[in-house]
Amino acid sequence: MSEERRQIISVERGRVPVIAPGHTFATVTDKISTIVLTRKTPLYWLVPFLIASGLLMVFLTAVSYLFVKGVGIWGIRVPVMWGWAITNFVWWIGIGHAGTLISAILLLLNQSWRNSINRFAEAMTLFAVACAGTYPLLHLGRPWLFYWLFPYPNTMGVQPQFRSPLVWDVFAVSTYATVSLLFWFVGLIPDLATLRDRTHNRWAKATYGILAMGWRGAASHWQKYETASLLLAGLATPLVISVHTVVSFDFTVAIVPGWHSTIFPPYFVAGAIYSGFAMVLVLAIPLRAMYGLGDLITMRHLDNMAKVMLATGQIVAYSYLFETFIGWYSANQYEIYAIWNRLTGPYRWTYYALILCNLVIPQLLWLKKIRTNVVWLFMISLDVLVGMWLERYVIIVVSLSRDFLPSSWAHYWPTIWDVATYVGTIGLFFFLFFLFIRSLPMISIFEVRTLLPQAEVTEGVEK
Amino acid sequence: MKPPVYGLMAEFESPTALAAAARRVREQGYRRVEAYSPFPIEEVNEALGLHHNRLPMLVLLGGILGGLTGYLMQYYIAVVDFPINVGGRPLHSWPSFIIITFELTILFAALTTVLGLLGLCGLPMPYHPVFNVPRFALASRDRFFLCIEARDPMFDRHDTAEFLSSLDPREVCEVAH
Repeated sequence: MSEERRQIISVERGRVPVIAPGHTFATVTDKISTIVLTRKTPLYWLVPFLIASGLLMVFLTAVSYLFVKGVGIWGIRVPVMWGWAITNFVWWIGIGHAGTLISAILLLLNQSWRNSINRFAEAMTLFAVACAGTYPLLHLGRPWLFYWLFPYPNTMGVQPQFRSPLVWDVFAVSTYATVSLLFWFVGLIPDLATLRDRTHNRWAKATYGILAMGWRGAASHWQKYETASLLLAGLATPLVISVHTVVSFDFTVAIVPGWHSTIFPPYFVAGAIYSGFAMVLVLAIPLRAMYGLGDLITMRHLDNMAKVMLATGQIVAYSYLFETFIGWYSANQYEIYAIWNRLTGPYRWTYYALILCNLVIPQLLWLKKIRTNVVWLFMISLDVLVGMWLERYVIIVVSLSRDFLPSSWAHYWPTIWDVATYVGTIGLFFFLFFLFIRSLPMISIFEVRTLLPQAEVTEGVEK
Repeated sequence: MKPPVYGLMAEFESPTALAAAARRVREQGYRRVEAYSPFPIEEVNEALGLHHNRLPMLVLLGGILGGLTGYLMQYYIAVVDFPINVGGRPLHSWPSFIIITFELTILFAALTTVLGLLGLCGLPMPYHPVFNVPRFALASRDRFFLCIEARDPMFDRHDTAEFLSSLDPREVCEVAH
């Protein structure tokens, strides 16, 4: 019986190990660090990396052309001035949320199973935020003047308008990126020390040594380290909730019909976690197959993540229903029309595709058979990612294309450069992600050690 | 005068052995003791009497400073430095200042956490004598070490080594400076 089959059976019977039995401190350390320290770069790393690099070239081309010609190369026209750029921004930043949720909220809730997925999920957060951050900057028109968004003494004598949600966004997203980076780096320090002690390559030793900053695993350091981890988790938790809330304020503070709604903040946060967990699964399922990590990222992890996806998916489904209800109940002709336009207007197919992807298909996750089938899980996760992209498209494009005044209505259609920029950021994301799994431990080694039964102090505990 | 060695180090094979040894060493009266392990072990902290640290207080102060910075910056810019009259509405429109105040609170607190952690641990530290023990590289893999430093008033090169040997370690060795 294969290890995979055994795990599926144990999940089905409700007996669920976090980590497959038989590991020791040495074997988990060696298994995870060898992926990084090996001289041989496997083909299953090289091929996706080259594809991602190719897409990154597409991104650089699209951005270069954008710098030359301006945002007119995109499909954005009055009244749809946000188009794909902001759709992609919201989509990417939402994906990032699952990483912070796994690393911070599940740490505070003492969910130890998170220990083998938090590292690469946090990396995913960082790279997703990096992809997200490019869009509002590129959308500025004159991206090289982006620093005007920050308050600083300047010869122009002007300052940012702090009553604008767009300025709130600058602070929210840059704080989020900084805190995610700090949290990720602090988590890496003990593992960098492990790599420093295990490598035989002089340059690698020097690099990891500098990054580990002389970490030596002293008890007095571990004690402060654990306090710091908890504090960062406690700070990141309200932060991650606030970031997508602020992103939703970009919409709700405006008066556009279909945007001006108080359910947006919780609806956006749930949607963010929904798509984020989908991305974690899209990354985790191939990774554990490629690197044989099925004993560390077990069926229990996949099952748990599928359940989180199912739960947040239900919140999102509830929001869709209520959004429609609010439109009708508002008794405001513009709000009613915004909903009616969604259901029957020229973009209705995007709305029905969204309902199918986000609401109907993920209901399969109620079945344990589906949750423990990696192929199904992978496909459903991809489906959720598509669905969440469509959700942002519907909110942005459909609402903007028909607002108050019929004479200003217009149809929006993306250009090839919209597509190139979007595909390009997917390339950027995977380019960074594959560099990460080749150069840093993708699973937190020291936290996995604490999951082993040997990590318990077994006698003389009482004082 | 500098003592001839940094200290004496004993190697153990399990967290249980390390915690037991740490307790014995403390009971014996040694105070300049440090344990090294590949992951945090609560019982070892207990045994070594590590209970409090100043990090939460620093982070609280950092957060308060961040919040004040955020609010006062917005107040100064929106009211004093660059007032914009929007239909006669108040310049000090505090509800719209809350978000950036919150974000800067988190940002300053998080930066204080990381810098405070590094500061309190004395990192980055380019050189430390414990790395002179060849087997110490395993402290980041699967071995557990206990070091009695020569600064300890009870330290004696011979007697302390014998005492450490009585704790059933894998081996005891001297740590050169």
